[in-house]
Amino acid sequence: MSTPSHTLSGALSDRFLVREPHHPENGTLLGFWLYLMSDCLIFAVLFAMYGVVGGNYAAGPGPADLFDLKLIAVATAMLLLSSITYGFAMLEMARDRVGPTLLWLGITGLFGLAFLGIELYEFSHLIHLGAGPQRSAFLSAFFALVGTHGLHVAFGIVWLVTLMLQVRQRGLTTSNRRRLACLSLFWHFLDVIWIGVFTFVYLMGVLR
Amino acid sequence: MSTSDTLTNPSHLDAHGEDTRHVHGHDDGLGAAHGTFKGYLTGFLLSVVLTAIPFWLVMGEVLPSKTLTVVLVLAFGGVQVLVHMVYFLHLNTRSEGGWNMLALIFTLILVVITFAGSLWVMYHLNDNMMPLTVHEARNLP
Repeated sequence: MSTPSHTLSGALSDRFLVREPHHPENGTLLGFWLYLMSDCLIFAVLFAMYGVVGGNYAAGPGPADLFDLKLIAVATAMLLLSSITYGFAMLEMARDRVGPTLLWLGITGLFGLAFLGIELYEFSHLIHLGAGPQRSAFLSAFFALVGTHGLHVAFGIVWLVTLMLQVRQRGLTTSNRRRLACLSLFWHFLDVIWIGVFTFVYLMGVLR
Repeated sequence: MSTSDTLTNPSHLDAHGEDTRHVHGHDDGLGAAHGTFKGYLTGFLLSVVLTAIPFWLVMGEVLPSKTLTVVLVLAFGGVQVLVHMVYFLHLNTRSEGGWNMLALIFTLILVVITFAGSLWVMYHLNDNMMPLTVHEARNLP
């Protein structure tokens, strides 16, 4: 009987009296944020390249000939809706409800797939028109920038499905919460990048 | 102190209820990773408005001046990025002890240097090239 209490008081004096109010318990989210910032630099370079060569059509088609803004508006709506449904998944996670969390994650994944489908349709349509990445510097930069974003969304969906399986098998454990929080940052970050894409590439491209 | 220790030893939990809650709060808080329903809804509605207006401006050709449209579209894009940062990414000066914000500001500086610098250098490079030959001039886009 006496040994546990001894251990307890020893532990109390040794380990448990940390009085700093806000020291980070776990650096994962900060580390993931730093990864996102480095990803941001990748996109900055791709945006800069598009800004530099985006007007070099090589006597080929330009943005106003190629871009269908209605389609882009629908794709944007898909990504925006997927952002708020991921938010709802995080709220259900905070309430410790596995079923609704999985449901909202699934809906998020479907919106993500819809976005990817629209983007792949657009790409195949452009390539079919002879406006593939090899046509002009403008189209090379366009496919590199928008394709990199689409690749991120695709990997985000893979990650989402993986986490859905994890949550279904093991529940909302601390690790799974941390992973879902990281994916939340990733998913919303991709939405932020997409704002840059539809503003700078599509809307300003049509205006050019 | 691991969570399983806390859960399997009730006396431990009683003795250090406050500590446990403190630690648990950190695990759950995850750097303020989840917000509120109202916050997400506000962010979503603002995003819808801030997306719809620039699309309407461009697709409906509302304004006679192209320059003004470009400036407005860029402005709406910038504001929407801020809305996403605040309402979806829950970024503030306090999360992760301010390191998130510091990393973001550093990144933004690098982005501005990369982006503005590339455009500046490359356009001046074009200006300072040797004069075009007739053949090159004919093949300009």
